[in-house]
Amino acid sequence: MKKVYSKIESIAGNVITVTAEDVRYGHLARVTSSIGSSLAEVIRLAGDKVSLQVFAGGRGISTGDEVVFLGHAMQVSFTDNLLGRIFDGSGNPRDNGPRLEESLVEIGGPSVNPAMRIIPRNMIRTGIPMIDVFNSLVESQKLPIFSVSGEPYNELLARVAMQAEVDLIILGGMGLKYDDYLYFREMLEEGGAMSRTIFFVHTASNPVVECLLVPDISLAVAERFALKGKKVLVLLTDMTNFSDSMKEIAITMEQVPSNRGYPGDLYSQLAARYEKAVDFEGAGSITILGVTTMPGDDVTHPVPDNTGYITEGQYYLRNGRIEPFGSLSRLKQLVNKDSREDHRALMDGMITLYANYKESLEKKSMGFRMSGWDEKLLKYGEIFERDMMDLSVNIPLEQALDRGWQILAECFDPAETGLRTELINKFWPGGRNEPDEESA
Amino acid sequence: MSQASGHVVGVNGNMVSVQVDGDVSLNEVGYIVLDDTTTGETKRLKSEVIRIRGDRAEVQVFEMTRGLGVDDKVEFTGELLAVELGPGLLTRVYDGLQNPLPELAEQCGFFLERGVYVNALNRTKKWDFTPAARVGDAVERADTLGTVPEGMFKHRIMVPFNLYDQYAVKSIVDAGEYTVDDEIAVLTDGSGAEISVTMRFNWPVKRPIDCYAERLRPTEPVVTKVRIIDTFFPVALGGTYCIPGPFGAGKTVLQQITSRNAEVDIVIIAACGERAGEVVETLREFPELLDPRTGRTLMERTVIICNTSSMPVAAREASVYTAVTIAEYYRQMGLNVLLLADSTSRWAQAMREMSGRLEEIPGEEAFPAYLESVIASFYERGGLVRLKDGGRGSVTIGGTVSPAGGNFEEPVTQATLKVVGAFHGLSRERSDARRYPAIHPLESWSKYPGTIDPGMVEYARDALHHGNEVGQMMKVVGEEGTSLDDYIWYLKGEFTDSAYLQQNAFDPVDAAVNTERQKYCFGILFDLLTSKLNHGNKDEARNWFAQLRQRFLDLNGAEWQSESFKTLEAEIRDTINDKRAGTEANAMDFVGEIRN
Repeated sequence: MKKVYSKIESIAGNVITVTAEDVRYGHLARVTSSIGSSLAEVIRLAGDKVSLQVFAGGRGISTGDEVVFLGHAMQVSFTDNLLGRIFDGSGNPRDNGPRLEESLVEIGGPSVNPAMRIIPRNMIRTGIPMIDVFNSLVESQKLPIFSVSGEPYNELLARVAMQAEVDLIILGGMGLKYDDYLYFREMLEEGGAMSRTIFFVHTASNPVVECLLVPDISLAVAERFALKGKKVLVLLTDMTNFSDSMKEIAITMEQVPSNRGYPGDLYSQLAARYEKAVDFEGAGSITILGVTTMPGDDVTHPVPDNTGYITEGQYYLRNGRIEPFGSLSRLKQLVNKDSREDHRALMDGMITLYANYKESLEKKSMGFRMSGWDEKLLKYGEIFERDMMDLSVNIPLEQALDRGWQILAECFDPAETGLRTELINKFWPGGRNEPDEESA
Repeated sequence: MSQASGHVVGVNGNMVSVQVDGDVSLNEVGYIVLDDTTTGETKRLKSEVIRIRGDRAEVQVFEMTRGLGVDDKVEFTGELLAVELGPGLLTRVYDGLQNPLPELAEQCGFFLERGVYVNALNRTKKWDFTPAARVGDAVERADTLGTVPEGMFKHRIMVPFNLYDQYAVKSIVDAGEYTVDDEIAVLTDGSGAEISVTMRFNWPVKRPIDCYAERLRPTEPVVTKVRIIDTFFPVALGGTYCIPGPFGAGKTVLQQITSRNAEVDIVIIAACGERAGEVVETLREFPELLDPRTGRTLMERTVIICNTSSMPVAAREASVYTAVTIAEYYRQMGLNVLLLADSTSRWAQAMREMSGRLEEIPGEEAFPAYLESVIASFYERGGLVRLKDGGRGSVTIGGTVSPAGGNFEEPVTQATLKVVGAFHGLSRERSDARRYPAIHPLESWSKYPGTIDPGMVEYARDALHHGNEVGQMMKVVGEEGTSLDDYIWYLKGEFTDSAYLQQNAFDPVDAAVNTERQKYCFGILFDLLTSKLNHGNKDEARNWFAQLRQRFLDLNGAEWQSESFKTLEAEIRDTINDKRAGTEANAMDFVGEIRN
């Protein structure tokens, strides 16, 4: 029978220390106290002193409480029964459904062999023009949404969850406001996407250690489904909360902080999660779309900074829109050549014109005289923002491209767009004979 | 030396404390024996001694440590962390500890299982050996015993570098086919003891290979076919350079371009703690791409050492050493080797993680105090050398740096800048404006001589400076407040930037520009810069420059010395001559000198 230890020697924050034998690094223990029982993970061995990180937190634990080592590392059940269910960071149900205990798999498994990776080749369509047209999301890509608190990033994720053409969505919530958690649940239930979704949610009021487990548990499940041939999209919100939890634990463990209090291995820790994004040759794939809130809109803050070095591009969410300038999907070149012949040209052309619009806008705000060209640009910018950038626009890629041509035709002469003649001949609405006489 | 053993007394992340029974040395390799309780397998996890205090040794484990426990056995090997050197390194893809990744995949499938190690060199492949030494010859370390063809190179089979004595060749095999394990020679040392030599031997990664006659000053440029590098910030064969830049500025793309186009014999790519996806691009594309100089695929001159960001961090620390040791090995064969390390910041961070676990007193931003000396000694392993047989070989090192927040004041960038010979600083400003390659022309520098007359380059750089100053001033006083002369300097600066410094990596012609063409096109540019231009007003000047720029861009995209190239060149020269009204005052000396 498993040995019960009943002498906890120290309790500091969420970390307790017991004297025990034959304990293995990374394995779990169950700590039973007067306020309930919690799992705990071995995070340091020093002789017979064992330090454990208690998932439910150290509060309320007494030195006389019982600790039982379970002899295995953190596991999660992996079956099709997971679909449509909601769990917390330790894998306990939060939806009053039954506990799942069958076919357990370890979380935080080894990294994929780089020699087994393949060059990404499939686009994931989301129905959001700013993504599909301008910065396509690619299967096996890892992309963060850089955003300031208060921006509708969770709304954006919920929309992606409902509209993205994938087999399975796994939503990992870290430090979510309870309202946001309810919002996600309601949106997905109403949208009918619940049956292909699995939730692992840590809300702001849950113990901080569980927050750390959310990405690992989400990605471990994703990996299993991907190996069974499923196209999985993992949505993680918000990775800054995850990093902050890591900081909290690191400081409790008296680790030397490196930059603004974050531990020195922040990069490696984030990379270990994001690098789980992969396309398995002959099986499924994992794509990761995360949210990283930037404290004070500062992209040089350690969390967005380290994230930027890891991920393959980023979406900037500003003023409720995905910014076309800072945003970049580094892998889009691999897929937008095969979608439609006008895709790349239209993408570049419209962005160049939008950049010109911004310049004209600046000129206008400084009180300069507006030329006819400026007027055209101002009109263009307004329509572009309304019909393309607005997050509520939900149209498939081809329609979005057609809409792009319409917007151009509404505002400009064909020659003013700088697009290649053959494309204009083919795609300009109503032929290229009726130049639009708009402004003087 | 008898091999020590020990047992685990503590585990903290990937650092394990071991109670040692016997003698151990620093950087010695030990294996921790792990009986995996979940799978029932026994695994041996490779680790390296990083600190010894009394009979207690701290080792860093190159694998995940989950499941380790107190009292697990540790077996030390008596050997330092080493790489295996011999024929068959080229074209291979290794992890940071020189395990071939494709072979690991054959054994383990999609994932990197811990405790699985594969021989770096193929043991069964036969090599066509031609002896060079004869019985009775006196030899010492690094002397050539024979050669085998390895792809397009003559791979020298040398006396192992770890034989420090003087030897006589007692016997050597005849020409024929041998594996790396077959004995090819027997040497006798001063005391008459016999030493059997095969085609492979081990060398500790953290010791520089120093079997050359002398180090020389690097003077001859490496041609990277990137204009801004070759013309403005050249790198020398045997030199060192660094590329710091914020994320998204194009560090990795620049490294990839260099790894393709650089005119060197061998390229070693150390993907250290970066995205796996980027390595995959190289991995899949290089076997298909032809090297125009040799007509062989690029893969045949390449070794990839790949320890991506999610692979164990201790092995990341080892990976740059593995790479540089292999580079030094090929240098001993009289070859020019280019080592591209991406990114050295991740390597420095790996050191920081270990230092934190060792509870060392932290330096700036928690990096260890020895950061600078470690970085310096790494870059110092580059260099141009004269070998004992009179030949020359070189190792050129180019490392990217990923400074936190894109701020070059941070410790890794600063420590690197102290020891390198060229600095290619990438700027967010330029990459946002899509001005690629985003090397900042005003902040970067190089101490190496290039192929183009330094005076002319200096002149062009001054023009850029001046143009930039005018541009800055114009932001304040507006176009109206700028004189026409100044405005033309501004346009000249912008022109130099967009027509010469920027280069389109996706254009088949513009992507790689050889020295001859660079010299030629720079000549045209220089001609423009030194010309006093006769423009009536600013609008006219702006339009004129816009047109000229368009032509120049077309010229950049035209095949060298093709019809369209010649037509465009003539047009450009005509356009310039059309507006030329003498020579700029500050260029008088020069132009006289050059035109005569």
